[in-house]
Amino acid sequence: MVDFAGWWMPVQYASIVDEHLATRRAAGLFDVSHMGRLAVEGPGSRDWLESLLTRRVADAAVGQARYTLVTSDAGPGGVTVLDDALVTREADAPDGSPRFALVVNASNRERVVAWLRSRLPPAGVEFRDRTAETAMLAVQGPLAVDIVCSLCGIDDAARIRGLRNYRCTTATVAGQPAAIGRTGYTGEDGVEVVVPAAAARGVWEAILAAGGPRGMQPCGLGARDTLRLEAGMPLYGHELVAESDPFAVGLALAVNLDDATGGPRQFPGRDALARIHATPGPRVRVGLAFDSKRAAREGSPIVVAGRPVGTVTSGSFAPSLGHAVAMALVDRDVASPGTHLDVLIRDAAQPARVVPLPFHRRPATPA
Amino acid sequence: MAADMRFAKTHEWIRPEAGGLATVGISAYAVEALTDLVFMQLPPVGRKVKAGESIGEIESVKAVSDLYAPVSGEIVEVNAALPNELETLGRDPYGAGWIVRIRPDDPAELAQLLDRSAYDMLVKS
Repeated sequence: MVDFAGWWMPVQYASIVDEHLATRRAAGLFDVSHMGRLAVEGPGSRDWLESLLTRRVADAAVGQARYTLVTSDAGPGGVTVLDDALVTREADAPDGSPRFALVVNASNRERVVAWLRSRLPPAGVEFRDRTAETAMLAVQGPLAVDIVCSLCGIDDAARIRGLRNYRCTTATVAGQPAAIGRTGYTGEDGVEVVVPAAAARGVWEAILAAGGPRGMQPCGLGARDTLRLEAGMPLYGHELVAESDPFAVGLALAVNLDDATGGPRQFPGRDALARIHATPGPRVRVGLAFDSKRAAREGSPIVVAGRPVGTVTSGSFAPSLGHAVAMALVDRDVASPGTHLDVLIRDAAQPARVVPLPFHRRPATPA
Repeated sequence: MAADMRFAKTHEWIRPEAGGLATVGISAYAVEALTDLVFMQLPPVGRKVKAGESIGEIESVKAVSDLYAPVSGEIVEVNAALPNELETLGRDPYGAGWIVRIRPDDPAELAQLLDRSAYDMLVKS
């Protein structure tokens, strides 16, 4: 167990490798209640989020989730990345006003909440931190949707099965009211399920009881990290930091500089990001594959013929691949797939080559 | 497990052998706590080491740990096959999973380490 941003969490329940492989082959169950869950409601909520997030919110349909950054215009470059987040447009309130849910990183929750509160308009937006009153379970893997649907009524199960990626709905799961998104952080199919905190234990146990006989395992932070690494997904604090150029990190998709009509949007740091977009920086994020199982770790220097060319941002043995992999920021001239470079792991040079991300892509779902 | 086996607080075991040598490995507790071992680095044969000095490293998916010399002496042999079959450490940590052989400078130094019951107390506390 470790203290993770103030949450007492397991690195592993049994074995990182077993949990990782169970998620790829069958399913994994993750308690991700540490993630911050924020509610934004009221008639002004859509315009307010549209004015604050790097991703367009104005044209999000009910049930749609989008990956976004939360930025401010502080800092010498005119933009600071406060967090990456998932913004979901939930069903409208009875009075017809839109409702949104934001999921943010545990380590950034307090400053993101403080930042958003500081930008609240005098009226029209109700903003609440719902992290403590809810729990969030990620059910991931090829059998995940099946397992969750086995705990739902026929209509709910059909709706969950029909959910496209980055879509959400509500359902009754194991007798409890749940918000369900076809989202995750493992590179597998699956859902993330938000339930009232008091119901969390019962839902966790029901999912495990349904999934255990089919090969599901409870998974800790260790497997969560190896799975997202193989899936090539950035982690705030590693690939993405406050000063990051999101385009170099491969997160252009999270930044809409312009609105749907082509006019400039107005979120904080927008003009600085437009300048960065026009003049790309020297380094970009790449994937590195090693022959050895020995893992490079965050901060490991990368050299080519003695010249420093970059730094590892995350690295681990990759259980699905059988060798070590890493993500790194490297100079553009050594960023092409196939390029050979050396990573210094505790002063020993370990040969690696640049490979396309993600390292692992789930097999196409049979029709 | 031999009665004359001793343990370091850093979870290495050491067992005296014939000819003034001692065999060193890591405890079953350490192997279990590390889990998912992926890499091991051994010291060169002939290296002189001091008690408490790092003589190698063992890496699991979650972390890298140093391997410490339980006593001062000279590394006279290493289990060169072990890094390629790390599962041996889990199967037989006190036998086939041995890591190095040391010629202790002072065989009496072993007696200052923990005996089995003291080590068991340490890992259970």
